Amino acid sequence: MVKTSIVDYIYEKIGHPRKLAAISVEEIINSIKETLANGENIQIVGFGRFNLRKKNERTGRDPATGEEITISARQVLTFKPSRQLKDAVLRRVRNKNKFRCNNNIKP
Amino acid sequence: MTKAELVDKVSQKIDLNRKETEVIVNSFFDCITQALSDGKKVELRGFGGFRVKKRKPRTGRNPKSGEKVTVPEKNVPFFKAGKELRNLVNKS
Repeated sequence: MVKTSIVDYIYEKIGHPRKLAAISVEEIINSIKETLANGENIQIVGFGRFNLRKKNERTGRDPATGEEITISARQVLTFKPSRQLKDAVLRRVRNKNKFRCNNNIKP
Repeated sequence: MTKAELVDKVSQKIDLNRKETEVIVNSFFDCITQALSDGKKVELRGFGGFRVKKRKPRTGRNPKSGEKVTVPEKNVPFFKAGKELRNLVNKS
């Protein structure tokens, strides 16, 4: 799924001009990006949290040459899904299995 | 930043009241959740991608009794930041 599908979904839900839905999606993404760029974490209740983590400098190896190299200190982004999101994704397995059992249809 | 703050920020940018903006923001995250629960990938250019990773069934142990238990196969949501976002975050 790509951005336009989300735009369509919002458009159907709110009935505002489609252009507004498109701008909204863009601005949601931009706002999240700006906040993360400022070094602030984001928590969306019912969805998950975007956490920034600092990584120290460490030595690694170039997998191609085997040479030792220093990996500089950096900041990385991690996403921790909320319970609701985890459950929504997890339920799919159960539903699929149920479907398979009841109908004898290959998935 | 919380969702309420995100709604405020977006509301100012798109010039729409808070209540209606909240519906839009909620729809945005609901839509991603639904797609993932259908097993679809969600790709947001310039931001990153959400997808579902499959975890194989495994035998674990009940830490209390030490009994062996089978943990069934499960799906977990996963996010990977895009190149642009990774660089943006690393600079800050």
